[in-house]
Amino acid sequence: MTSSALARAIRADALRMTAAAHASHVGSCLSIADILAVLYTGVLRVRPEVPTWPERDRLIVSKGHAAAIVYAVLARVGFFPVDDLASYTADGSAFTGHVSHRVPGVEWSTGSLGHGLPVGAGIALALQRGTAEQRTVVLLSDGELDEGSNWEAILFAGHHRLRNLLAIVDANGIQSFGSVSEVLELEPLPDKFRSFGWSVREVNGHDHAALRQALAPAPDGDDRPIVVLARTVKGAGVSFMENELRWHYRSTSEPELIAALAEVEMVP
Amino acid sequence: MRTAFIETLVELAASDRRIWLLTGDLGYSVLEPFAAAYPDRYLNAGVSEQNMTGMAAGIASTGAIVFTYSIANFPVARALEQIRNDVCYPNLSVKIVAVGGGVAYGAQGYSHHAVEDLAFTRVLPNMTVVAPGDPAETRAATRALAATPGPAYLRLGKAGEALVHTSTPDFALGRALCVRQGEDCTIISTGGVLAEAIRAQQLLASEGVEACVLSMPTVQPVDREALAAAARRGPIVTIEEHGEGGLASVVGDALIDVGAAFRMKAIRFSRTPLSCAGSQLWLRKQAGVTAEAVVDAVRMMLTSAHC
Repeated sequence: MTSSALARAIRADALRMTAAAHASHVGSCLSIADILAVLYTGVLRVRPEVPTWPERDRLIVSKGHAAAIVYAVLARVGFFPVDDLASYTADGSAFTGHVSHRVPGVEWSTGSLGHGLPVGAGIALALQRGTAEQRTVVLLSDGELDEGSNWEAILFAGHHRLRNLLAIVDANGIQSFGSVSEVLELEPLPDKFRSFGWSVREVNGHDHAALRQALAPAPDGDDRPIVVLARTVKGAGVSFMENELRWHYRSTSEPELIAALAEVEMVP
Repeated sequence: MRTAFIETLVELAASDRRIWLLTGDLGYSVLEPFAAAYPDRYLNAGVSEQNMTGMAAGIASTGAIVFTYSIANFPVARALEQIRNDVCYPNLSVKIVAVGGGVAYGAQGYSHHAVEDLAFTRVLPNMTVVAPGDPAETRAATRALAATPGPAYLRLGKAGEALVHTSTPDFALGRALCVRQGEDCTIISTGGVLAEAIRAQQLLASEGVEACVLSMPTVQPVDREALAAAARRGPIVTIEEHGEGGLASVVGDALIDVGAAFRMKAIRFSRTPLSCAGSQLWLRKQAGVTAEAVVDAVRMMLTSAHC
């Protein structure tokens, strides 16, 4: 499957899942659809048939509230049947509203923000001190960077030159209670990361070719950790959701779902 | 205790390459032997307990056994959510070690008093909580924790505690150690206040009361059999360098769970912070955590039992 086809499929899945479950966070899901689609089409080394393959690359989704689309991409690349997605947040389901390690392919349970990057730094360090060459990828939200634990890890990873650590910031500019610039200004974010010793790659987070290039390993001789600042649009792909805070919380009505699916599936 | 801990860990790490040690920039003149012997499994994470604990979980997820080290509350309270979500929930082998349990760093002020740490840790899923009573228990506990998969909290004193056990204790996680036999009542102690429990037993003996002294290094999971036997024996007095939610609460909960009839008093810290400077012994006295308080509690319960 091409990354574009995968992105289309998981956008639609996430819309259906959040609608059926009357769940929040559809906007947060849509903003990372393209990032996940590119990661799972040739960037991450994983084996869906052996989820705990020791030589796999590790992806930790620190913005665990985007669970629906994470489960969707794992299903679409073959970690488990797509039909399983129907149980999202249902009674007794492993598919909790924040990502759960009980789901095959999910590396780490998250939900409380600011946890993924320290864990990823630990995994990257352990793998780097061993003989392994795998990469550890941590996907964060921009609002999540309010958490101080991230900056402890950013400081650590820069100092210890964790070259196999890749952070991706889903910089959609909107957090729980307003825009990032209103709540706690993060910019100039590239400068902040650079000053902590990271290699910074700023990219349009919906441009697959640009993402693929940005997610490539560092050239030989550059041992800095990498951060991809993916400039994204919350709710991307559904015009009436784009850049709207309320789609952090709302789920769609039936007519809204039909309209949203039509837009998503029309994309070439 | 911290010397007993690090000597044992250095010894264990020689034959078990899975053992790592992370510190939150503390342990000067203590941790150097480990750092020198195993530089590839040692790490000073800096003054950043949340990151240290999250990283420990990440490292442990690759198959390692990771000890984190800091003092008093820092490795527990500061990183409590990392312990809960990243260590305990996925059941990883991260062993959190705090030196300065209780008021070992008493003169440094309330920030350095670890008097709620047992309460914080004992309720977490998969967590083993151990507060050794002396250096001998510390050595045995360190070995047992390294050999047992899953999360743990090891609460140590400082340095220079007297040996209570005259021979190697028959230590097992989850088991109480009988350090003095007696049939009239039971004194239960956890952590470095064990010496005070022994002193209470001696004071009681001089009055003709024969107290059994149980050292309960493992607070979680607790030794229910030993507690049920203690309840049958007679009154129970717990002593701990900790406030509500620690040993006394564990003992009470366990006896309630097994449906035992029991009489018990708790000698422990109140919830009011000790806001003045003072040595460990002086602060214990201020808090009323003394052998004399144990003796009074035993007397009160034995007397009222005869009414």
